[in-house]
Amino acid sequence: MYRETTIVADENQNLAAKEAGDFIINVGPQHPATHGVLHLVITLNGETIKKVEPHLGFIHRSIEKMCESLTYRQFIYVTSRMDYLSSHINNHACALCVEKGMQVEIPGRAKVIRILMDELTRIASHELWLGAMAMDLGAFTPFFHTFRERELINDIMEETCGARLTMNYIVPGGVMQDIHPNFQKKVKDFVKQFTSKIGEMDEIVTGNTIFQNRMKGVGILSKEDAVSFGCTGPAARGSGVSCDTRKIFPYEGYEKLQFDEILENGCDSFARYMIRIREMQQSIRIIEQLIDNIPEGDFQAKTKAVIKLPKGEFYQRVETARGQFGVFIVSEGGTTPYRIKFRSPGFSNLSALDHMARGSKLGDLVAMMGTLDLVIPDIDR
Amino acid sequence: MSKGLPLWGRFGGGFMFLINYIKTVFSTVKSMLVGMRRTGYYFTHHKEIITEEYPDNRETMHLPERFKGEVVMPHDEKNEHRCTGCTACELACPNGTIKVVTKFDITPEGKKKKAIDKLVYHLELCTMCNLCIVACPSDAIKMAQTFEHSVFDRSQLTKVLNNPGSKIMDGVE
Repeated sequence: MYRETTIVADENQNLAAKEAGDFIINVGPQHPATHGVLHLVITLNGETIKKVEPHLGFIHRSIEKMCESLTYRQFIYVTSRMDYLSSHINNHACALCVEKGMQVEIPGRAKVIRILMDELTRIASHELWLGAMAMDLGAFTPFFHTFRERELINDIMEETCGARLTMNYIVPGGVMQDIHPNFQKKVKDFVKQFTSKIGEMDEIVTGNTIFQNRMKGVGILSKEDAVSFGCTGPAARGSGVSCDTRKIFPYEGYEKLQFDEILENGCDSFARYMIRIREMQQSIRIIEQLIDNIPEGDFQAKTKAVIKLPKGEFYQRVETARGQFGVFIVSEGGTTPYRIKFRSPGFSNLSALDHMARGSKLGDLVAMMGTLDLVIPDIDR
Repeated sequence: MSKGLPLWGRFGGGFMFLINYIKTVFSTVKSMLVGMRRTGYYFTHHKEIITEEYPDNRETMHLPERFKGEVVMPHDEKNEHRCTGCTACELACPNGTIKVVTKFDITPEGKKKKAIDKLVYHLELCTMCNLCIVACPSDAIKMAQTFEHSVFDRSQLTKVLNNPGSKIMDGVE
């Protein structure tokens, strides 16, 4: 679609946009490759990208403002709707932040269940990303293979939490219900199937020369740029930035677990791809350590029916499947927060897209966007 | 052109380029055949089914008992429920989904007693967060294992949970 545009940030870019031969093309807001309502205004010179301008706000629901009118128990369910692929981890961050203000010690059983759920969610999110990523690049079959394993996780979630995507299972003080009696058996079955089938993805996707050629050397993001754009998660670890919140600022007993922080130095799309593949195996490692060692006891600490936080400011960060997620609560001492700020990983990762895409071809943009793993409701909030 | 160079050096690298080109073609074809072998395996092994059908078998299908479909209020055979009208669910709900309308019953002793007239439930506002179920002190409401809530008119989604003529179970305070 062609249109004459004057949407520009500064004077130099304005001149660049008006050069003869420039072409402006809109990707989205309704486009299968953007996985949501993301609008990209791309300035092209021939087939080379000069500038990528993301336009946000199509799925803005004012979640932060909504949270100000909800109590500390109620606002957690809204965060499932932000990064809906790692909803457990978002809920976890909010619950931890509220617990920090309440000064509550939660039982060991609840801690272990929370970590298990987090890691299962991380695997499910990466599985979906892997299928969708391959589908963006034109391979349709991997989508079914990854969804077969993801379906098992969804079944586990359905049985224990009662929902498949937006669970609202982690509450201040612990978890909402105890785990289902079948939980351990089902997770073990899943781990068995996952470890035997993950090699298939290497055969179908990773080893494929066409796939490698489309990924290697595409979307270069240097280590310095990754830090300066505030990238976190696999997007930054692919550039060699050590930023795993589970390692740097451990929470909920991650410091006692044996797992590696995955780092790659490729700085390109393929490095970011390999990070996620290898991260899934680390999550499996964490699950294997915990699944037989769930301590007995309560699944929820005794808390008051109405939670009141003392006056002050509380911050908690966790590692979601996409990067660092932060919750900042300002309390005036009442039952509802005075102000809530969410630091979502997708927003910072998206800001690096323009830098990555400049000078490369339009066809490579899909590979870059795919490896950033953008979830649009997380960006807009 | 020096005499010491081997044969392919005299072609100025063109020969090496050709060899590399052919190598790349062969490795690409090989990598694709490896992928196609996996696809072919599933093509010929129908028992390792990957896709699942939409659950059209409503009578025989089994959803987990914790599945959050919609809020219902169970009644026993005498048309009695356990709801005392304490409005804990109404306060716990983040969306204003539940509205409790109370009335005052006159007990046989002549005392006034609070009871529910209607428990109105707006399914169109509900996010199935389970907070009302957790908040209820007398286990009066629970989640039902239903799905596919689409209807033609929005008013059909506003439901009254207690049956007409129902009253509170004995011994529930």
